[in-house]
Amino acid sequence: MTITFRNETFRDDFTFRNSLYNIRRFPFPFDRDEYMYSVNMEPHVRGKKDSVFENLIDVDEHYVAEMHDRALVLKEDPLRCQALPHMMAAQWDTLELLMEHQAQDYPEHFTLTKNGDRWRWINRTMGIDDTFTFGDPSTLPYPPMEYITRQAQGDFCIVDQRDNNLWMDAGMVTTQADWSLDFDIGMNFMEWHGPVPLAHQIGVFERALKFLLNLQQGKPTRRLNWTMTVNPRLDTSPENYHKWGPDRTTVTPENVGEKMHLRVELQSLWRLPRSNAILFVIRCYLISFDELVTVPKWGRRLPRVLKSLPPEIVDYKGLTRNRPIMLDWLAKYDDGSPTSPGIFPD
Amino acid sequence: MLVAGIKSRPEYKGLDVDPNAKRHLFVLEGEGAAALIDQVGAKGRDFLAKSEILYLAAAAAPKAYDVALSALSPDIFWQAPTLQPLLFRLRACLDLARMGTRLYIAGTEGYIGQIMQVAMEYGIDYHSIHTEHRGSAARRVQCVHCKGITDNVTTSPFACTHCGLPLLVRDHYSRRLGAFQGVNIDAEEPGTAPAPEEMFP
Repeated sequence: MTITFRNETFRDDFTFRNSLYNIRRFPFPFDRDEYMYSVNMEPHVRGKKDSVFENLIDVDEHYVAEMHDRALVLKEDPLRCQALPHMMAAQWDTLELLMEHQAQDYPEHFTLTKNGDRWRWINRTMGIDDTFTFGDPSTLPYPPMEYITRQAQGDFCIVDQRDNNLWMDAGMVTTQADWSLDFDIGMNFMEWHGPVPLAHQIGVFERALKFLLNLQQGKPTRRLNWTMTVNPRLDTSPENYHKWGPDRTTVTPENVGEKMHLRVELQSLWRLPRSNAILFVIRCYLISFDELVTVPKWGRRLPRVLKSLPPEIVDYKGLTRNRPIMLDWLAKYDDGSPTSPGIFPD
Repeated sequence: MLVAGIKSRPEYKGLDVDPNAKRHLFVLEGEGAAALIDQVGAKGRDFLAKSEILYLAAAAAPKAYDVALSALSPDIFWQAPTLQPLLFRLRACLDLARMGTRLYIAGTEGYIGQIMQVAMEYGIDYHSIHTEHRGSAARRVQCVHCKGITDNVTTSPFACTHCGLPLLVRDHYSRRLGAFQGVNIDAEEPGTAPAPEEMFP
């Protein structure tokens, strides 16, 4: 299927919108009417057609605009893409994985041809046709991780495994929910999750770490995470918090449906073959409240979840200021009827 | 005492002189001198003949710890006037260091962090370094916005000495940067920052 890519922005005039098709395939993160942190991991296997789980590396109508926004972020702040020196093998692993998946599942847009170590990569959408030597960084215009992640949606972290821990040792992070790669690079799993409230106490990170240390090649795993963002802004980095923070004061009962966005991360984790590192893909999906409530089940469930959140999570996710406006606005979409289990529309 | 429970902050477990080390390198600041003096009290004087001490008096200069350290008669005692020459000398020491050298750092947290940074550049595993916090609880903080580092921060919020934004000091520490993270506290409504409060005396 050929994707029609939208011409849109994630900053300034914020012309980002979802098509009707894309709304229906949105990864709504709540499978029930309440929310608490958990080790909500499941095998990352192909799911329903016309869902974001149809392909394991999802490419959608926002691809071109997201890649353009990433390029803008990197011009302002090159530190959003960094790799420690021992991560080169893992960078090549990452390049291979993303190229293979994109070429296999979207042959209209991407082609990968291998002739021994001589590889040819064609990205028709972005007008790229490069031939390079796999394993030789001097044959690519960027280091391998940066090269391929300038052509793949989502943030990417490569975590090294040693001393029974995982280490955040490389990444391309331009669409993050308020964490800094530049600050966290080199940290281990417990350290980079340090600021998250509640979850440490209930043992979530210990269990998640144990699980991930045993992740096997060819058996990727996934989970959904979420927050809210005012305006469809991809770059909600702490670096730029003083620039996007004021957006939070612009929400009114009149514009909340248009301005407030549920921001969902589809996180997938892949064991890499040569380096034994783990590729951590954090793919961000945005949907405005106006778009979201067109699916009646989601319109019913979202206010119920928002109401049931512990105050620590409300604070950590930056929802304190606007939660009352959201709840008032959403109330009319909850008629009190029961919701079906699971995340998909009825 | 430093507040406990910050997951990303290193644990400063104390100097605890290693009897098996062939050489001891003590890199001390201010009240950190007393950490070594306490070790001599606990473990005896034998290790001093194999010890090199680099000392920066900083805020503890009036206490004349340099006199006490020198009186221990270590193999080498060297005192720096400021941090920059101390780091220069430290690099020279690490360039020449042999297998079996044990590194000890004691002083304020910002100092420990900066010495650790140099040690890690030299490939020393941070787990192998003995550290002890002494002196002020002041923090070294990196502004997440302009990336400038401010030393000896005792309040939160505080004004970034580089870009001027009022910063909340988060309980999140980067060993690589040797600093806590500072995030603009009134980003949502500029001009509404609360008054600074003495948090890290």
